[in-house]
Order: sequence, then C-alpha cells, then structure tokens
Amino acid sequence: MLVYLIRRIGQSLLVIAVMAFLVFLAVYAVGDPVAILANPEANQAELDAIAARLGLDRPIWEQFGIFVWNALQGDLGTSFVYSESALKVIIERLPATMELAFVALLLSILIGVPLGVIAGLKPDSLVGRSIMSTSILGFSLPNFWIGLMLILLFAVELRWLPASGRGETVEVLGVHLSMFTWNGLSHLLLPAITLALYKSSLVIRIAQAGTREVMLQDYVRFARAKGLSSRRIVFVHVLKNMLIPVVTVLGLELGSMIAFAVVTETVFSYPGMGKLLIDSINRLDRPIVVAYLMLTVFIFVIINLVVDLLYAAIDPRVRLSEAKG
Amino acid sequence: MSDLSPHASARPLAGPAAGMPVDASVPPAAPDKGESLLRRHVSSFFESWSAIIGLVVLVLSVMAALLAPWIAPQNPYDLASLSIMDNMLPPGEIFGMGQTAYLGTDDQGRDMLSAILYGLRVSLTVGASSVLIAAVIGASLGVLAAYAGGRVESFVMRVVDLQLSFPAILVALVLLAVFGRGVDKVVIALVVVQWAYYARTVRGSALVEKRREYIEAARCLALPRRRIVFRHLLPNCIPPLIVVATVQIANAIALESTLSFLGVGVPVTEPSLGMLIANGYGYLLSGNYWISTFPGVALVIVIVAINLVGDRLRDVLNPRLAK
Amino acid sequence: MTAPVLDVRDLKVTFSTREGLVTAVDGVSFSVDAGEVMGLVGESGSGKSVTGLAVLGLIDPPGRIAAGSITVKGRELVGLPEKALQKVRGKDVAMIFQDPMTTLNPVLRIDTQMIEAIRAHEAVSEKAARERARDALAKVGIPSPDERLSAYPNQFSGGMRQRVAIATALLNRPAVLVADEPTTALDVTIQAQILAEVQKLCAETGTALVWITHDLSVIAGLADKVAVMYAGRVVEEGMVADVLERPIHPYTAGLIGSVPSRNKRGRPLAQIPGMTPQLSKLPPGCPFAPRCFNATEPCHGIRPERTPYPGGRAARCHNPLNVPAADAARELAP
Repeated sequence: MLVYLIRRIGQSLLVIAVMAFLVFLAVYAVGDPVAILANPEANQAELDAIAARLGLDRPIWEQFGIFVWNALQGDLGTSFVYSESALKVIIERLPATMELAFVALLLSILIGVPLGVIAGLKPDSLVGRSIMSTSILGFSLPNFWIGLMLILLFAVELRWLPASGRGETVEVLGVHLSMFTWNGLSHLLLPAITLALYKSSLVIRIAQAGTREVMLQDYVRFARAKGLSSRRIVFVHVLKNMLIPVVTVLGLELGSMIAFAVVTETVFSYPGMGKLLIDSINRLDRPIVVAYLMLTVFIFVIINLVVDLLYAAIDPRVRLSEAKG
Repeated sequence: MSDLSPHASARPLAGPAAGMPVDASVPPAAPDKGESLLRRHVSSFFESWSAIIGLVVLVLSVMAALLAPWIAPQNPYDLASLSIMDNMLPPGEIFGMGQTAYLGTDDQGRDMLSAILYGLRVSLTVGASSVLIAAVIGASLGVLAAYAGGRVESFVMRVVDLQLSFPAILVALVLLAVFGRGVDKVVIALVVVQWAYYARTVRGSALVEKRREYIEAARCLALPRRRIVFRHLLPNCIPPLIVVATVQIANAIALESTLSFLGVGVPVTEPSLGMLIANGYGYLLSGNYWISTFPGVALVIVIVAINLVGDRLRDVLNPRLAK
Repeated sequence: MTAPVLDVRDLKVTFSTREGLVTAVDGVSFSVDAGEVMGLVGESGSGKSVTGLAVLGLIDPPGRIAAGSITVKGRELVGLPEKALQKVRGKDVAMIFQDPMTTLNPVLRIDTQMIEAIRAHEAVSEKAARERARDALAKVGIPSPDERLSAYPNQFSGGMRQRVAIATALLNRPAVLVADEPTTALDVTIQAQILAEVQKLCAETGTALVWITHDLSVIAGLADKVAVMYAGRVVEEGMVADVLERPIHPYTAGLIGSVPSRNKRGRPLAQIPGMTPQLSKLPPGCPFAPRCFNATEPCHGIRPERTPYPGGRAARCHNPLNVPAADAARELAP
C-alpha cells in the first residue's frame, strides 16, 4: 500500500510539472499586458520600464525558470491588475467557489442517488422511464442556460431569490462561508442548483445503471432468498455496491464542478475564482490566469488521489489486491 | 497507467452526456454480414418513438439552418435592413415592412426568428465540423495506437489520459483566450478537447478487432500495414465511434454556446445561439425575456434531439444491450 | 402417512418476452417429505432452476407463476403478498445457488450477511445472532469461525464460500432447502465434501432437500427420488434406483448413457443428438421427439400426457423403454 501510495504521488507530481509547462507556454502567448497597464500616451522607454518591472523583457525560458523557482516557493506571480500576489487574490475567492461546488455536489447526490435507485429498481415502469428521459434533458441543457432560466423564474418572475452576488458570510474556522446565514444561503441556492442539476443527471444515470446491475447479481437473489426485507436489500446490499461507481465519478466531478463554476459564477455574478478567471482573461491579467490554472491542476491531482484512496476504503477487493501488489 | 487514467474514462466533454461509455470491448458483428445488419439496425432504431421524434426535429433543424437565407424574414446582419425604431419589440409585434416579429426583436431592432435561424447555422456548423475533424484525427491515432502497440500506444494513451483528466470547458477557455475569438478558432479548440474521446473509443474496439481472424488473414496475405489499418481495422471500429460522435455533436454545440456566452467564442459578426443568449442576458433582469429565451429554447431543442438520436444509436449499436 | 413438507402441484411459470409468452415450467408436480432428498435433473433451460426459484416466490417480472400451487408445511405460497413471502423465505424455505463466488455480497462482511438472515426472522440480540452464526460456520467445517466471521467474502475460496452460503441458508432450520447446482462450480473433491455436508445437515434437522442439477451421478449418490425435466415438463419421475436402472423415458436413458463411468470404459460415450429446443418454438408433439431415437409418428403430433407406472413412477412418453410390471412395485414406494 505504501509503495503504491508513493508511486501514485510521483505520478501526480509529474502531471503537475507537465501541466505547469503547458500552462505557462499557452498563457505566455496571450496578448500584451504592458499595453493595457500603460498609460496610452506612454513612450517606448516607459513601456520598457513596465515590461522590465514585470519581468516581461527576459527570454521566455528564463521567465519559465523564474516562474518555476517562484512557484516552488508558493509565489505564482503578482497580479498586473490587483498588484498583489496572484495566489493570494485567488485564494481569497477560493472559499466562495469551494462552497458552491460542495453544496452543488451534495445537492446532486441528494437528487441523483434516490432517483437513480428508483429508476434502476423499476427500469421498465413509467416512473423509471420518466426519470431516465428527464435525465437526458438534464444533461442536454447547457449549464448557463439553466442558470438564466432559474434567474428568470425565481428572481425576475417570482422574486423569491436574489439573481446575483454572494450573501452575508460568517467566519468558520477562519474561512468566510455564506451557507450558514439565511441571506447567504438564498444567494447560494440558485447557482448551486444550476451546477447540481447538471451533475445530478449524471448521478442518476450511474446510479440507475449500477442499481440495475447489482439487482441482477446472485448475492441480491441470495439476500432475497434469506427473507430480507426489500428495504434492507436496497439500503444495505444494493446501495453499498452501487455507491462505488457513484463515489468514483462524483469525486472526479468535484474537479469538473470547480471548472464549471466558471460558467455558473459568470451567470450569477458570484464572486468566486471562476468569475475572476474570466475577468482576468478579458483583462489579460496573465499571472492570475496562470495561478488559477496551476491551482486547478493541483486540486485535480489531489482529487484523483483522494478518490483512489476512498475507493480502496469502500471496496475491500481493491484494498486486498493493492495490499498484495 | 497514469494516475488519472482509470477514471478519466468517466469524464465527458462538455457535460455528462458522453459519460455513458460505449462498450468498446464488444465487437461489432462480423464484416461480411454488413448489409443485413445495417437493415436490422435501421429498423431497430425506428422502434423507439423518442428516437424518431429526435431524428425528425434534427432533420428539420438542419434544413432550417441550411435554408436560413431563404426562409428568414430578414437578413439579421444586413445592417441596412435593421431599424433602430424596431428595437426591443415583444413577440408578435409588427416590424420593418409590416412583418410580424413572432419571437420579438433585440436591442438593435433585429428580428429574433431570423437571428435564431442564422445562429443555428453557426452553431450546427461549428458542432458538426469540429466533431468531424476530431473524429478523423482521434480515430486515426486510436487505431494506430492499437495496431502499433508498444511505445507509440503508450505515448498516445498517456496524452489521451492527460487530456481527458481536465474538463473540456477549462481547456477550451484557455485555448480561446490564447487564440482570440473566431469561428475557426472555436473549431480548433473543440477539436483539441474532443479528439481524445475518439482515440480512446477506437483504440478500445481496435484492440478487440486486432485479435480476430480476418486481421490475421490480412497479415498473412502480407498486405501493406496502412491498408490493414485503414481498410480492415478501422471500418470495424466505426459503430462505437458513431455513437460517441453523435453525442459529441450535442456536447460540442453546448460547449460552443457556453464559450460564446462567456465572450471567448464566436465573434460578434457571426453570432451563434450562445452569443444571442449572451446578448439578451443583460435585458433578462429588466423583463425583456425573449431575447435570451428563444435562442435558448432553439439551442435546447437541437441538443435534446441529437441526444435522443444518440441515445437510441447506443442501444442499437451495442450488441450487449440488444437483447 | 404424513403430509409432505413441500408439495408442488401443476406449477406453470410463464415469461412474457418479445417473441410472446414463453412457458418455462409447464404442469410440474412433485412433493418432498421431511428429511427426504429429491433430485431435479435436467439440461440448462429445462426449467429446473425456474422451478426452484418459484418455490421461493422469487420469479420476477416479466416472469410469473401462471397456475398451480406450492404448499410448504401445508401453507399455500402462490398468491401470497411479497411481505408474507419474505417471512417464509429463509425461514421455512431456503435456497443456495450455483456460483459461490457471486452469492455473497462482496462489500459486506460475513457476519453482517449471516446475522441479518437471523434477525430478519427472529427478534434476537446482535450478540446471540452472532453466536449462532459462528456455530453454524463451525458446523459446516470452517476452521476458526470466530475470526472468519469478520472476514470479507473475497478472503474465502470457492468451496469455503459455498459452505458459508449453506451455513447461512440453514441458520433458521428451514423445512425445505432448494439447492440450485451448488457444487457445479467447484472442484470434484470439494464437491464430494459439500454433498456429504449438506446431506448430513439436512438429515440432522429433518430438512427436505430439493437438489437441482444436470449431473445424474450426483443424484445417484444423494437423492431418494428424482424428477427429470425436459423443456419445462417433468418427463420422468420415480425412486432414484428404479429410474437409473430402468429408465422409462428415452431422454432419461440418454442422460444416463452420457454419464462416463468405469464399467462403460472403452465404449464410446452415448450422446443425445441435437440441442435443447427453444421454449418459444416447441414442436406440437413431444418436445423431445426431434432428438429421440425411438420417436414414431404420434410423437411428432401429439403431446404425451403424464402416465403413472407401478412403483410410484410416472413418465410422459408414447414409446416407453422399460415398462415396469405391476408386481415389480416396491414396498417403499409412496
């Protein structure tokens, strides 16, 4: 297990290194930030001075070298716009995004698993078919469109919930979270549902397929032959087996949730790091974009690692084979 | 295996639609039965009502998009025909030379119905062409990887794994931030984020096909490698490819509209449906719902129709589910 | 004479499929007394497993019990609501299945799976149930049962898993145990051990045993009586010794002929030509007629009815091979 863990961490570091290079290369090609920051009437000497201050006058490989060296010390550059550490600017917005992603993830499980299990237990019934057809609709709808329609319905027509922004926050363990205030929750709800509806369709599909497959297994038949109640069979025998694929996929989907928060945050003007990314791309704030991408790569790699370990924890078969290997 | 690979397979392009993998390990039927098999697939396809509806809607949408210059009440991008006096008309009002704006007009007095028909053209073109290019590139690399094996295979699959381990939306966003706006650039970005799906799918089925007798026979005949790969191996990996490609068209369209909505997609001069939605977004809160809503409805109808067709194709072409 | 523990009368199970209604089990009748062992023999697709599942009320849609009656200890099971059936399953009637590698839930520990079987039927404490589970494991010959209780199924071999399954099935001392080919997937030596184990346990508790198999040699050493199924019907039934020695139905004779044995060495093994018919496309006459060496004109046109023979035997055949004489009836025939 330890050998496995070390090997996995090694692979993860390699991925981060490769991505760092790609991200740096790609983002380096974006526009000319000097032209944006400088006074339009600035002369060449002033422009050069700005470029030199930002380190943009050096050769690209040297810039990359400096970037890596600084990155290893936790410095991903200084935002051109905010004149602050890029990482700090992003980290400030990280809780908002993570909160959104977690609440959405929770919602998609709460919506998706029960519906998927119901559809999987009765795949040919009207209810089962309806759930599955609706789930096609669920992932057909583009994320931003769902957001717009929710705004139209709940904010514009019904005026039940606010259309944009983040509500009041309270400090929990040094992190500003909004889900513990009523106002914060009301701001969080629409973006979270938008993000969750999208994923819950996926959860429904996996849960349905998983339930169907598990229900056909001999051990479910044996469980029935033992005279167990349907409830015990579904909640213990089926659910525990079915949760394995759900946990795997959902864990990985947390990463994609963070990525998709870019869209949702833009729709709802929610001040998370996704909206910051879009703003920074439009403002050519290169360090922020680089720092965002590096942070995301890092988060993804961590998520992959954690999911694998969780997977081993749920499934004794994996645990055993890993222990042997 | 890369640390990301076992799960990367679960991650779709723009959304989960592709998350239901085609079982690539199930071999398509033997090549000699092609004719009757095709007929059986076609008749089996039409057993599902939702698939028929999806197909009809899809064909109508494609036709509407193709015929847009002839059926649209107005050329929405001929500035001379626009009148600012007609701006923000709600659906049903009269505009221009006494025509009815069934879906209202936008802030520049543009008829939304016309704008949607032209927007549909852009969206469908981007979706279909990016899928086509990505499928050709991905399938070639996939079949090559499977046939060549060894280092070539592990290199290609590593890149595939790496590519698939990051959400398409992020990759496309960064690429477009680098390239700038443009229909061609959107297509390139979509190709970059999609090719890996086809490579993986085709490699999976090619690995199965490779071990079959007819490939062995072709090898014994000392046919040129290229011929074996492209004439014998590739055609037999097509059915799962078709399923993935169909669903991916929907995903590509959705992704394009998202990118355009975020302002990094198609240029203002060639607005897709996503762009139209973005244009109307600002007016949504003031109650002028139609500018965003109708392009959105059109977008959703097209995407759902493609997904219905794709869903049925998966059932029909996957022999494991056929019974 | 006491009433049989398990009595199946004219059981008919149908499945609605795309090709129409298929009758998987058609007019099957048999009964088993306490402590008695009955073999249910047939090829795959003969309906023997479906019959076994029907006894437990485990026929799922699109299948259903279309007609007939199943009584256990005099109580009718057909038509009972699911809730009531749950109380019967595992308590009065238990079942073990063919593949021990898949009958135990891989993500639940053995103790969980055994204790739940007890607690589904009796309000006993977790601790008491655990003790009973441990004793049951010890009884089926599992070493250090205390430790093994907290293990996961994947830590057991196939034979051990089947022992666990048997122990689990017998936890509540059921009146009837249906065993659906439980030894087929195991090594021959393990097979013999499991056979002996089940036989012993059932004899101890007076459990009636229905042993479903395609293997006549298993039946020969284990069962008291046997019913041979073909295409959803019982084509021959009787005491094991009678049936094996002087089969009435050509199909039974064919099955016996295809079992390799010492005294037939050197001679080519007899085979039954052809394949089991598709249930959806049964011929109008005897379903076995197309494969039968003895078939005559009526066999292809008229479906043979169940004909009783002396000695408690019966068969469905127009051209019986050995017709037992009335005086050959045995004393112990029921």
